[in-house]
Amino acid sequence: MTTPILELRDIHVRFATLDGAVEAVRGVSFSIRRGETVAVVGESGSGKSQIMMGVMGLLAQNGRITGIAEFHGMNLIGLPRRALNRIRGERIAMIFQEPMTSLDPLFPIGAQLIEPLCHHQGLSRKAAHARAIELLQLVQIPEPERRMAAYPHELSGGQRQRVMIAMAISNNPELLIADEPTTALDVTIQAEILTLLRDLQERLGMAILFITHDLHVVRRIADRVVVMRRGEKVEEGPVETVFATPQNAYTRALIDAEPEGRKPPVALDAPVVLEVRDAAVTFGRRRRLFQPAEPGFRAVNGLSLTLRRGETIGIVGESGSGKSTLARAILRLLPATGTIRLHGRAIEDLAPRALLPLRRDMQVVMQDPFGSLSPRMTAGQIVAEGLLVHHPAMSAAERDRAAAEALTECQFDPALRNRYPHEFSGGQRQRIAIARALVLKPSIIVLDEPTSALDRQVQKQIVDLLRRLQAEHGLSYLFISHDLAVVRALSDRIMVLKSGELVEAGPCAEVIGAPKQDYTRRLVQAALLG
Amino acid sequence: MTETAPLAPGRSLWSDAWARLRANRAASLSALYLLLMALCCGIGPFVVPNDYTTIHQSYTKVPPRLSAYPTPEMIGPALDQVAKRARVEIRDWHETGGEITATLTAPRGVDDRAARYFDRSDLFDGATITPGAEVTTATLTARVERKWFLFGTDANGRDLLARTLVAGRVSLAIGLMAGLVAVVIGVLYGATSGFIGGKVDEAMMRVVDILYSLPFIFFVIMLVVFFGRNFLLTFLAVGAVMWLDMARIVRGQTLALKRLEFVQAAEALGVSRAGILRRHILPNLLGPVIIYMTLLVPTVIIMESFLSYLGLGVQEPMSSWGVLISQGAKNIPHANWLLAFPALFLISTLFALNFIGDGLRDALDPRDR
Repeated sequence: MTTPILELRDIHVRFATLDGAVEAVRGVSFSIRRGETVAVVGESGSGKSQIMMGVMGLLAQNGRITGIAEFHGMNLIGLPRRALNRIRGERIAMIFQEPMTSLDPLFPIGAQLIEPLCHHQGLSRKAAHARAIELLQLVQIPEPERRMAAYPHELSGGQRQRVMIAMAISNNPELLIADEPTTALDVTIQAEILTLLRDLQERLGMAILFITHDLHVVRRIADRVVVMRRGEKVEEGPVETVFATPQNAYTRALIDAEPEGRKPPVALDAPVVLEVRDAAVTFGRRRRLFQPAEPGFRAVNGLSLTLRRGETIGIVGESGSGKSTLARAILRLLPATGTIRLHGRAIEDLAPRALLPLRRDMQVVMQDPFGSLSPRMTAGQIVAEGLLVHHPAMSAAERDRAAAEALTECQFDPALRNRYPHEFSGGQRQRIAIARALVLKPSIIVLDEPTSALDRQVQKQIVDLLRRLQAEHGLSYLFISHDLAVVRALSDRIMVLKSGELVEAGPCAEVIGAPKQDYTRRLVQAALLG
Repeated sequence: MTETAPLAPGRSLWSDAWARLRANRAASLSALYLLLMALCCGIGPFVVPNDYTTIHQSYTKVPPRLSAYPTPEMIGPALDQVAKRARVEIRDWHETGGEITATLTAPRGVDDRAARYFDRSDLFDGATITPGAEVTTATLTARVERKWFLFGTDANGRDLLARTLVAGRVSLAIGLMAGLVAVVIGVLYGATSGFIGGKVDEAMMRVVDILYSLPFIFFVIMLVVFFGRNFLLTFLAVGAVMWLDMARIVRGQTLALKRLEFVQAAEALGVSRAGILRRHILPNLLGPVIIYMTLLVPTVIIMESFLSYLGLGVQEPMSSWGVLISQGAKNIPHANWLLAFPALFLISTLFALNFIGDGLRDALDPRDR
């Protein structure tokens, strides 16, 4: 056993807020040895990121860290900025969740790679250029010479994350801190990045501290795991041991938080509620003054579907596959071609005014629980807004009562309905969004990645809630997701999309159990279901 | 459980912002100062000892003084001056407890009407003349009129304190009113343009561009030429120019807001365009709008000063801080208080406004928690 390169002892992180001090991390200790991968797991708000932010001196203004963080016997906490800068970036490197915002959009990636090489290692520009190309090869970016001149926006999310990794390893760090590096990426890309990190670790022999909320990732990459909850360490141990025999009830709950169960099938003679034929959406075709019309980009290309009462169709695909665009086209939020029949009535050509009464019947729950609720309205107002539109005769008290009922049905304490969205957690917000859809008693709800931004445990609760609401109200769902685990738990049938076209469709068990297309197989493998 | 649940107090974005604004000492002190300034300018002119229009011929350009005028050494020369005008001579005089007793002589006898000359002076009041022992002499008794000029007087002998406070009314009113006009027009125009989008947006923003390209001074001069000088024109001119910035800012914000999911969710709910604009877009614009307004008000006050400096703003005897400062600037060598007081008022007000703007920006930024 080698000695630890980083040892954390009794780390506390406190934030001074208007409501007094908040202790985000309460006395956490663990260590990382050379060449080892340690995963810190916990749901959002568990303080898992704040530990390393604190150690690296990157806390927000109102944050303070105490404790001991020994890096090769030197305490990093309380180190002057200048001394810390010599360690940061050179001996300890970090990669973050969002690869788009971590790169400067104004410079080509080559320049961003070369600059620190010249600065930290004193290489000449020519040598730095050669080294940068070598690094890009190391992170498996195709055609590195050509890519050196590319700007961040010209790269895909996965490629940007690869560039970030290249920058992080450019100084041969002893420790790489990866803070949710795959969360913002598609499942298939996630798998590739994880493989790359493992590969690099073997080659360069660095230690990796992996911060994540996703246990799948942990099982795939880590040697040891530290489970955190509410700022405290609840369990620590080798990955196999923790997964096989979790000691703590919370760890067990985290491991078991896989969405379970399958949806009971619907009767074949159930009435069709929604029928879509040859839906197509084209973006970017706008006529500008003095310019010829551009051909535009086909985001959705001739898709059809039939949704029966009580049925759920899962729509899966990577980002950019057109699944959200299809949903917006069906909701008539985007101009589209093709026919859309709601209860047998064509709605694609209806004027907004004629469409209004039909909107009640088809509701939507969106992905981002932070963006989909207006920050200036209370939970009660948000839920009651639809009633204001569709039942203008209702009195304010009646509306309030209906909103409270809908919230109760979504297991949201109606006593909290006078609070504003920013006071709630992601899961609570998503319940508000579901209640907003439910209060109008629709027959169809379009669920656009409703669980993607949530922790596994909360995801499971939301899936259970959606399933129960469907059974009680005979709802039909269009369920859009890139997460096959959730889709499998909820859907009758699955449509797999790629670049706006249908790749594969069929009953849920068939598509996931025996995918016919290569693309589907990749998706399934990446989701760890195979 | 269908009964209405009890109200639970929620901390809204606004109460949160309010709490943080109050915690910001510079901003809350500035707000208090501004309130005080508004009160002073509003009520002050009724309370201060002198009217802002009254011309005190005997007290032109007297320096600020905490005790009352006239000073003892002013009385003698003033008596002589009045006596000269009344064609009498003063043989001797003395003052006891604010009463002047003087012996007057005149070759052809002292006329009773000479008392009027003394009453007309700003220094004396209630003058009576009683015939003396000889025909050519008489005794004058008069009260010394006490006047307070805390800020001194200007070249015409008008009380600068009263003038500064009255000028403050104009400056603050223009700042608030023109600011408000700019905000109302700018927000409505910008939000409509951004929200409708497409060709309407292009057309509406081109109108803004055209108005932008008109030189401001040229625009004001045109207004003055067509409608004559009018106090309201200043509001109109300043407001009409300032809303352009506001409209651009609001349009940009609206374009960004429009793409947010909660607006799309509202659209999917079937909320009408007006409803979305009213319930979702406008409330979320408030943050940047309020902040921009606190920055706008100082700009407008300075703009009005500039117009008045050019003679296109308010007219005498009305005044604004800008006018007073321009007059003061001409008198720097021998009467520096004419510049000092109005400048102090204007600068401190602008300081306070900027502090409030800073505080509001910090308080309304949720990322700053």
